Amino acid sequence: MNPAASVIAFTSLSGLGFGLLFWLGLGFPAVTGWVAFVFFALAYLLSVGGLLASTFHLGHPERAFKAFTQWKTSWLSREAWTSVATLLVMAAFGAGLVFAGIALAPIGWLGAALSLLTVFTTSMIYSQLRTVPRWHQPLTPVLFLSLSLSGGALLAGMTSVAPWLLVVAGVIQCLHWWRGDQALASSGTTLATATGLGEIGTVRSFEPPHTGGNYLTREMIYVVGRKHARKLRVIALLLMVFLPAVLLLLPFSHALAALAVISHLTGVITSRWLFFAEAEHVVGLYYGKRT
Amino acid sequence: MTELPGETTRKLGLVIDLDTCVGCHACVISCKGWNTENYGAPLSDQDAYGEEPTGTFLNRVHSYEVQPDIGPAQLIHFPKSCLHCEDAPCVTVCPTGASYKRVEDGIVLVNETDCIGCGLCAWACPYGAREMDGAEKVMKKCTLCVDRIYNENLPEEDREPACVRTCPAGARYFGDFADPESNVSRLTRERGGIELMPEQGTRPVNRYLPPRAKDRMAETQTPQLESVGADLPGFLGWLDRALDRL
Repeated sequence: MNPAASVIAFTSLSGLGFGLLFWLGLGFPAVTGWVAFVFFALAYLLSVGGLLASTFHLGHPERAFKAFTQWKTSWLSREAWTSVATLLVMAAFGAGLVFAGIALAPIGWLGAALSLLTVFTTSMIYSQLRTVPRWHQPLTPVLFLSLSLSGGALLAGMTSVAPWLLVVAGVIQCLHWWRGDQALASSGTTLATATGLGEIGTVRSFEPPHTGGNYLTREMIYVVGRKHARKLRVIALLLMVFLPAVLLLLPFSHALAALAVISHLTGVITSRWLFFAEAEHVVGLYYGKRT
Repeated sequence: MTELPGETTRKLGLVIDLDTCVGCHACVISCKGWNTENYGAPLSDQDAYGEEPTGTFLNRVHSYEVQPDIGPAQLIHFPKSCLHCEDAPCVTVCPTGASYKRVEDGIVLVNETDCIGCGLCAWACPYGAREMDGAEKVMKKCTLCVDRIYNENLPEEDREPACVRTCPAGARYFGDFADPESNVSRLTRERGGIELMPEQGTRPVNRYLPPRAKDRMAETQTPQLESVGADLPGFLGWLDRALDRL
């Protein structure tokens, strides 16, 4: 799949932002006044910034509000609802902390639950697609949630749990890659089933419909990035998990914490780039671009 | 709403005969011609006369080589457009309700004024039947020529999809799969019409008729020509020997 910058930015940034909102909703760190304001501002910049980035991906962003209508069937529509609900509930909770210095705990818990639900709905947009076997696995939501929880803990300055959550996310990431590498082969979809000609013999793409590219080949048959996939996986793990975990275990300083956050975000973006670039859509079979 | 209808009254769709298709791409051209100036946004081209021309098509013809265990390879031309699935994943993923499947005839359509151009429906389609138009930024797909098949301004013989009407080989059929005695239902039954990617669970309506078994070439090959011997008489014999000596 084409790793569009807007979608990578959206899932990476909003994942972190909603992760931070989850911890803030539970009262970690227990902050009020200006300090709370800074934490909430950061969380809203990330989550709202991510959501805005996602609208750059749309052909008609001016009609984006219509995406609220189909919550009964569409995960994208559900995500629109959960994200807005989370932002509203957490705004009420944050206002209590910043302006009145009181924690309206039940509202915070509700906001925390909604934050996780938002990340879950984001992940289901991808995980629901049977056409992309690498995404169509239960580990996809687990991966998105674990990265959001660990990144959020990192941003919340929870130096005691964040390193361990990062390690868990790293393990899930490895499992996701491992399962994903076999996903297309085990999906049962091949050029033989795609054409229905497998009964006759071995099918090979002889000639594509046209000599140039098209929307499908640009959007769904992305092959450039696979060359360095293995190296990029190692880089992603080092930046996303290993380096921030080590930095958090060192004696605390704001500079090291900032470095840990930057490293983690860079790692998540690398991982998310691979999430798209390595994902094979079954339509590639028709174009002879897949085994 | 993007909820799929439980059952459609009719199931309009196409049967494509892979035994007959000659791969002329006339269906591709007639489809683009009709659909660029009728239902919905035109099918635009980008850089049409430049280095990298590209454009929106609702129907494309692939060609595949199939090598059986015994005998020569076969070349099969393979037109592909929307299969108007009964469990259309493109419809349920749509966040705005722009994509829908009609209850009365099962045609899957896009309401272009509701489409936000997110592209998720194209991701959800395993067949590559949906393409985002490069100029209008809305999703385009086969409408089964919904503006022809019910169009009383057209002569009756033209009230079928443009691709079917134009096919010079007669490789495309249009009809109602819900009627067991329709042309498409009978062809599917008699010729063993195939469903593409059944494992994707989309329950496509369109069917493909597999190529019929080919005649086998006789086991005996064309007899080898007699080799020209050295004992040729006359001038040719002399020439043969002279050339050998050179």
